[in-house]
Amino acid sequence: MSSFDTGGEAASIVSVTDKVKPVSLGMAVTAVHYLGDRAAFVGTEESVAVVDTEGEISKVDVTGGGILSAVSDGSRILFGGDDGKVSSLDKAGTVSVLATDPKRRWIDNVAVHADGAIAWSVGKTAFVRQPKGEEKSLDVPSTVGGLAFAPKGLRLAIAHYNGATLWFPNMAGEPEFLGWAGSHLGVTFSPDNKFLVTSMHEAALHGWRLADSRHMRMTGYPSRVKSMSWGSGGRFLATSGADMVILWPFVGKDGPMGKEPAMLAPMKAKVTAVACHPKQDILACGYEDGTVLMVRMQDGAEILVRRNETPPISALGWNAAGTWLAFSDESGEAGLLRL
Amino acid sequence: MSDASKTPVTVLTGYLGAGKTTLLNRILSEDHGKKYAVIVNEFGEIGIDNDLIVGADEEVFEMNNGCICCTVRGDLVRIISGLMRRKGKFDAIIVETTGLADPAPVAQTFFVDEDVQKNARLDAVVTVADAKWLSDRLKDAPEAKNQIAFADVIVLNKTDLVTKPELAEVEARIRAINPYARLHRTERCQIAIADVLERGAFDLDRILEIEPEFLNAGDDHDHHHHDHDHGHDHHHHHDHGLKHYHDEEMQSLSLRSDKPLDPSKFMPWLQNLVQTEGGKILRSKGILAFQDDDDRYVFQGVHMMLEGDHQRKWKPDEARQSRVVFIGRELPEDAIREGFERCIVT
Repeated sequence: MSSFDTGGEAASIVSVTDKVKPVSLGMAVTAVHYLGDRAAFVGTEESVAVVDTEGEISKVDVTGGGILSAVSDGSRILFGGDDGKVSSLDKAGTVSVLATDPKRRWIDNVAVHADGAIAWSVGKTAFVRQPKGEEKSLDVPSTVGGLAFAPKGLRLAIAHYNGATLWFPNMAGEPEFLGWAGSHLGVTFSPDNKFLVTSMHEAALHGWRLADSRHMRMTGYPSRVKSMSWGSGGRFLATSGADMVILWPFVGKDGPMGKEPAMLAPMKAKVTAVACHPKQDILACGYEDGTVLMVRMQDGAEILVRRNETPPISALGWNAAGTWLAFSDESGEAGLLRL
Repeated sequence: MSDASKTPVTVLTGYLGAGKTTLLNRILSEDHGKKYAVIVNEFGEIGIDNDLIVGADEEVFEMNNGCICCTVRGDLVRIISGLMRRKGKFDAIIVETTGLADPAPVAQTFFVDEDVQKNARLDAVVTVADAKWLSDRLKDAPEAKNQIAFADVIVLNKTDLVTKPELAEVEARIRAINPYARLHRTERCQIAIADVLERGAFDLDRILEIEPEFLNAGDDHDHHHHDHDHGHDHHHHHDHGLKHYHDEEMQSLSLRSDKPLDPSKFMPWLQNLVQTEGGKILRSKGILAFQDDDDRYVFQGVHMMLEGDHQRKWKPDEARQSRVVFIGRELPEDAIREGFERCIVT
């Protein structure tokens, strides 16, 4: 790993900081999604701050407590709350309660499928509800760490202790279990549906080639990976957790096995958020010192979007067209950049 | 200390039926002006409506870090990160464990997990013990012994159900395992909340206060006239009538020095000690006076995990004395004493 001397290079970096529209949200922020052209910043509890392209803020209450999980399919955002409710916010600004746990237990995770199916988890149980309203549940051996729908077909990956379970809710027969010792938290399918990757409690990723369940260990991180983003049409998985962006290659049938990851944008602070551009081979990354950069994947060329010396970047995201980049630090000092 | 911004966490343990739930209900219902988030193992046992009560599953898993005794409570990692979404809505967190739980994974979670460590700090392990039955449980239930050994505060409950000699007996048995914990005698867990919660450094200071002769006959100071090398589980009657037990399995060890320690020797020694003997060492604590250092250094540990920092300046009227205590099983006492002696600046 190379080191980075900010003294020399900071002055020479191309900057677009003057083009960023700063937005003060006045609340702690954990994520950003889009509802059409508007950026929706997800708070730590109760509210979402929806910001239009002019920087106008409107706040919407979506849960009655802490927001434990939030995902989006571009037209609506799904929330899991510590009030035991799964709720959603759509483009029109309507909040709907989609499910309520009878015992008011925490909704730890939510997931949304392109065809409208949704999933959520409570403790060791994962639930799937299909667009027609049919609901099914599956108990896994331990508390669910993360949920993700496969890009094709109705198939749900459930991360838990000692592995992940792959479940086809519409098929009879036992769900498939992919084992690997440890606690698996985040989970994501590669866009080509060939690989499953989990982020673990320790500072590592684990992956399986779905065709034959072959293991892929991705280690070397100094801290836990909390942000993963598929880029360049699924050819790379960009990750946080190091003091640079770690980019695992997923080209070819072996995925990252036997290959070195690319390491981009080294800084003196850890990467806390990554977001790959939906169309071009560039990514945005946020750091624990508040820096935001845009980085070209081929050569690692950097553009400064936001300067450092603020709380960590907790939210970072592109709209579907890739024309807007939105970000926020933990304290809700946010920004919008039009490309 | 940067610790001030972290949410204090009290771990509440105790063998089945000792009175944990009674104590918890008392904490939650009393008018003390504080709000507590409570992580319970049995949802519904708490008869109080509070949206900050969370059910836990006691899911223990082993860390893949090559440290064999390094188990953590995964559910706690998840729940504490969830509770942190509502930071500012509560003052402290209480974690209740089941009666049969080993406190080690709970405590280790606060040392190992980077996110938990960033947001929360272990304030104290509080063990509720049943005055009538503890002596029996210490013989037949290893969990009960672990819970006593781990405790910073022991609430010896149901003292109204035992005679004075029985009470003296159970206290002596507790002291044989853990002389450093603060011990409170209660009936129906009647205790001031401040004696149980948010103890912090106060209880660490306790290791300086304790009379060494009461603690440990092997201590350098004031030997008592009895020999600990013979037999096991026997007791001695001292002239002041205090029973003194020697637990056959669990011991504590106290080290101290009035001369400063050499940090370049002490820290590697301590690290190496917990690496090699961490399986036997349940708890370790220390207040240290280093050479050429005007700050008091404090540390605490669980098995192989250690956490330490400069705490504050030594006060002008304070004796700069170092004190280290270990509680554990079959501690290699002579080797530990010799190792410590070598860290003293001569």
